[in-house]
Amino acid sequence: MMAPAVDTPAAGGVLSVLGKSPGELRALGDLRHLSLNDAEWAAVQAHFKLLKREPTLAEVETVAQTWSEHCKHKTFTSPIRYAEGKKTRVIKNLFEETIVAATETVKKPWCLSVFKDNAGVIAFGKKWALAFKAETHNHPSALEPYGGAATGVGGVVRDVLGCGLGAKPVLNTDVFCFGRPDYKGALPEGAHHPARTLRGVVAGVRDYGNRMGIPTAGGGIWFDDDYRLNPLVFCGTVGILPQWAVKKEVKPGDLIVTAGGRTGRDGLHGATFSSAVLGADAPSSAVQIGNAIVEKRVLDALLRARDRRLYSSVTDCGAGGFSSAVGELGAHCGARVRLEAVPLKVSDLESWEIWLSESQERMVLSVPPKNLKALEAVFAAEDCELAVIGEFTRSGRLEVSHHGRAVVDLDMKFLHKGLPRGTRSAVWTAPAAAKASGGVEKKLSQAVREAVAHLNVCSREWVIRQYDHEVQGGTVIKPLQGVRHDGPGDACVMWPYAATDDLEDYSGFSVAHGLNPEYGRLDPYWMALACVDEALRNLTCVGADPSRAALLDNFCWGSPDDPKQLGALVRAAEGCRDAAKGFSAPFISGKDSLFNQSKDEKGRELAIPGTLLISAISIMPDMRKAVTMDFKGPGNALYLVGRTNDEMGGSLYNKLLGRVGGEVPKVCPAPALDGFKSLHAAILKGLALSAHDLSDGGLAVAAAEMGFSGEFGCLLDLDEMPRDPRIYCNATLLFSESPSRILVEVKPEAESAFLRHFGKGAKSACVRRVGQTTANPVLKVIGLDGSTILEESLSELKSGWQNTLPAALA
Amino acid sequence: MKNPKILVLRAAGVNCELETASAFKRVGGAPELVHIAELRGGKKRLMDYAILAIPGGFSYGDDVGAGKVLANQIRHTMTDLRQFVRLGRPVIGICNGFQVLVKAGILPHSNACDQTAGFTFNDSGRFEARWVHLRLNTQSSCLFFKGLPEMIELPVAHGEGKLVLKSPRHLEELKKNKSIALQYVTEDGKLMGYPHNPNGSIFNIAGMTNPEGNVLGLMPHPERFVAVQQHPNWTRQTYRKAAVGLEMFRNAVVHAR
Repeated sequence: MMAPAVDTPAAGGVLSVLGKSPGELRALGDLRHLSLNDAEWAAVQAHFKLLKREPTLAEVETVAQTWSEHCKHKTFTSPIRYAEGKKTRVIKNLFEETIVAATETVKKPWCLSVFKDNAGVIAFGKKWALAFKAETHNHPSALEPYGGAATGVGGVVRDVLGCGLGAKPVLNTDVFCFGRPDYKGALPEGAHHPARTLRGVVAGVRDYGNRMGIPTAGGGIWFDDDYRLNPLVFCGTVGILPQWAVKKEVKPGDLIVTAGGRTGRDGLHGATFSSAVLGADAPSSAVQIGNAIVEKRVLDALLRARDRRLYSSVTDCGAGGFSSAVGELGAHCGARVRLEAVPLKVSDLESWEIWLSESQERMVLSVPPKNLKALEAVFAAEDCELAVIGEFTRSGRLEVSHHGRAVVDLDMKFLHKGLPRGTRSAVWTAPAAAKASGGVEKKLSQAVREAVAHLNVCSREWVIRQYDHEVQGGTVIKPLQGVRHDGPGDACVMWPYAATDDLEDYSGFSVAHGLNPEYGRLDPYWMALACVDEALRNLTCVGADPSRAALLDNFCWGSPDDPKQLGALVRAAEGCRDAAKGFSAPFISGKDSLFNQSKDEKGRELAIPGTLLISAISIMPDMRKAVTMDFKGPGNALYLVGRTNDEMGGSLYNKLLGRVGGEVPKVCPAPALDGFKSLHAAILKGLALSAHDLSDGGLAVAAAEMGFSGEFGCLLDLDEMPRDPRIYCNATLLFSESPSRILVEVKPEAESAFLRHFGKGAKSACVRRVGQTTANPVLKVIGLDGSTILEESLSELKSGWQNTLPAALA
Repeated sequence: MKNPKILVLRAAGVNCELETASAFKRVGGAPELVHIAELRGGKKRLMDYAILAIPGGFSYGDDVGAGKVLANQIRHTMTDLRQFVRLGRPVIGICNGFQVLVKAGILPHSNACDQTAGFTFNDSGRFEARWVHLRLNTQSSCLFFKGLPEMIELPVAHGEGKLVLKSPRHLEELKKNKSIALQYVTEDGKLMGYPHNPNGSIFNIAGMTNPEGNVLGLMPHPERFVAVQQHPNWTRQTYRKAAVGLEMFRNAVVHAR
C-alpha cells in the first residue's frame, strides 16, 4: 500500500510535527494507523520542541507502538473516575489496585515470577517451574481467521519461549468466542460468516500447534451472535523450565542478537491497529504470516543454547517488532541497533518498516560477546538464522541507525515514562430488581434435550480431534473421556515426563478455564467470581490441588471510551480481586484486548459482551490419582457438593425459554473453597470414582454427561439436594447454575470415609447423597413431590449432544 | 552390548523425538538425539548405532508431501541405511517416520528401487487424533511384536495417513511377503471403515514390516503408550491392560543386546 503524498516524510525520514494543529496531527495519525490521542500528540510535540528538532518517522512510530493500548495497557493503568450509584471515586491504577493487590495479599512462596516477564511462573516440584500465559489474537482473526489464529498460537508460544531464559512448551489451550455457526442474519461488508471464522480459526490453531509438536488439550468455545463481527481467539501455552532459568538480566555490553525468521513487510502496525476499533479500512499488512517449522527450529536451538547458558536474557519479538523487544530489554540501560544488519525477506524495506515489522518467529537475545561463537554454532546446527544487530549500552537512550544514518535517537525515560495519563470516566449502574420475566414454559424432558444439544453445551469432538492433543505423550487426562473416549472432560492433566526426562517422577499439572459472558450482562462482578470458581472447580474435578492454583486474567472488552463499558470493566476487575483473595489463588499474568467492537450491517456500533477468561493452573504431585467425569459402574452413590440456590439469571435454561432477568449466580468463596479442598482430599485417598462440575445447564446437564460418557444411568432425588429451602420448583433445582457445585460418584463401601473429609462447621460446604448410578442407561429424576419427573434415554441425549456442532457446520 | 545405542533421528519439524527416546531409555536402551546435519557432516555415523528410530512430526513442514524431503535427505546422506537394514539391525519409523521409510524406499522392502506405496490425505479430509484398535499380523516375523497380544490399542494423530498402493498386485505382494504388520480393526477384530480405519488406508493397513522383520513402519504412536496412565480409559476399573507400546521398544532393545 502506497502512503499518500501528504504522509511522506521529508528527506532524512523527518516528519513535520512541531507546527501542526491537533486536527492535523489526528489526520496524520489516522493515515498512518498510529492510534495516538490528542494528549499523546501534544506530549510528542513538547518533547521534540525541547530538543529543537522534528522527530523522524521511525521515532513517531516507536512512540506510538510503545504507548499503544496493546503494549502499555493504558486503560488498566491510568486513572479512572468511577461512579457507582451516587458515589464517585478515583481509581489511580486499576491493574495495581485489583489484580496485583490481590496477588500481593495472598502472597504465595511458590509464585516465582508474576506480571513482569512474558508469562507468569510457578514452582513445579523442587527443580522445575511452569510458565503460563494466555493471549488474544482477536483483530487479526477477524480479518484473516486462519492466519490470525495460527500466529496467535505462534505468538503465545514465543511468549513462553521468551519467559525467563526460555521454557519448553508442553501444553497449548485455546478458547474461542464466535457468532453462531448457523447465523442467518445479515453481515456488514467485509465481515466473514461465523462458520467461516470458526473453520479458519480451528484450522489455524491445528496447523500451527500440531506442527510445533505441542499438545492442544484444553479450551472451550462460546457462541453468541454479538461476537459475529469481533470473534475472540484466546491462545494459551504452558512451558516447563528449570528453576535456575527463571531469572534473566541484560548487561550493558551484551550483544543484541535476532534469531529465527527474517524480517519482512508483514505485520506492520499490528500493535497500534489492535488498539483501535476494527473497521473496513484495517490495513491488510497488519496480519502476520506464520511458519511453524521455523518456530520449531528456533525452539530447538534456543533451548539447547539455554542449557549451555550462552545468553543472559531473551524475549520474543511480537507486537511492535524490534522496537518493542529491544526497547523493553534495554529500558533500564540503553541500546544501539544497526538496521542494515537485520536479515530481510525483501530488500526494499524502509528503516521504520524494519524496526516495526511484526514478522513472525523472531526472538531477540542478549548475548555476552564471549559466547557469540558458541551460540552461532548451536543455531547453525539447527539450520536457524541468527544475526548480531547491535549492543546494549549505558547511555539510557534508544539509538537506531540505518547505513550510518540515525533514524531513532530517543531517551528511554521519555519512551517508557513519558506517556501522558488522561483520566477516563466510568459508570456502573446496578441492574434493577432482577425478577425473571417472559418466556414460554417447557416440559422438563424437552428442556433437558435442548440443554444438552445447545451450542454452548454440545460436544466439541469435531474440534478436539483435529488437534494432536497427545503429542509429547504427557496427556494422561485427555479432553475427551469415558468408555468411548468422547465425553466432555473438565480439564486435562499433563505429565511432562518427556521434557523432564524423569520416568520415576509422576508429578503432573492441570489447566482449566472459566468463561461466561451471559453472567457479565447482568453483573460483571459476579461474572468474575463465577469464572474463577468455574476454573477452580474444574481443576478440583480431575484431582488437581485447588489450594495450589494460580490464575491468568484475559479481559476482552469493547471501547473503554464508553463510560458504561469501562464501568463494567472496573466491576469485573474488582470481582477478580475479590475472587483471588477469597480463593487464595494469585494472578500471575494476564492481558487485555479492548476496542472489540465494530459497525454492524445497519451501521450501529456492535460491541462484544464484556468477556473475561480465567485460566487456572495447578499442580498434581501424583498424576496417578487423577479422576475423570464418566460414571464407572452401577449401584454407586452420587453426592452433590455445594448448595443450590434460585440463581437462574444468565442461565442456559432461561435462554432456552426466552426468559430474561433472574438472580445472577453468586459465589461465596469460603465455603466453596472448603468444598473443593474436602473433595480434593477425598480424591487423593481414592474415594471418588468420578467427578464433574455443574455449570451451563446445571445438575441436569452434568448428570446426563456423566451418564452417557460412562454408559450407566442414574436415579436422582431432587428433595435430597442441599439447597435454599424456599425453592419449590423442580426446574430450578435441575437447571439452576449456582456455582461451586460438583457431582461425585462414590462406592457404597467408601461413603462414610468420603463424608469424613467434609467438615461440620457452619461455614463448611454442604454435601448430600442425592442418588445413585444404575445399570440402565437412563437419566431418571424424582421431583420434590416424590414422583418421577424425568426419565430420558441417555443414548438419545448423547446423540443430540453429538450432532449439534457437525450439523451447524454442515 | 548392555545398553544398545539408539540413533533417534532429528530434523527440522520432527517433534516426537523426546518421548521416543524416553521409551527406549525406559527399557534399558541408550538413545541419542542426532540431527540429520550431523550425519551429513560426518560428525556421527549410523553404523555406530544398534537401532535407528525415525520419530513422528512434520519433517520440513511436510511441504511437498508427508516425509518427502526427509526421505530424500536420507536417500542421499544415509547411504549406509540399506547396509544397516541388511545387517538385521532394528529400524522403527513412527507416523512421519513411517512415511519417510516408505518414501525412502526402505519399506515394504529395501531391495526395491521404485516406490510402490505412498500416503495421501485422510478420507475425512482432516487431521485427526484418536485411539484405534489394531490387529498384529501374527504370521509376520516382525521382531518388534514378539510376545505381544494379537489385539492392541494405540493412538493415531495424522492428516496424511491414508496408505495407497501403485496397483492391486502390490497388495497381493504385501500379503504374500507378510509385510502387513498391523491393521486397523474394530474392538472385536473386524475390518471396518471410518472411524475404525481413521484414514481410509487400503486393506486397513496401519503398519508395514520388511520380509526379514527388522524394519517396522507404523502410523500409530507406540511411544505414546509406555505407561498405563496414557491409555484413555485407565481411570476405569475395567482397564487392566499393560502398556503395549513399551513392549515394542523392549523387543528392539532385547534383540540388539
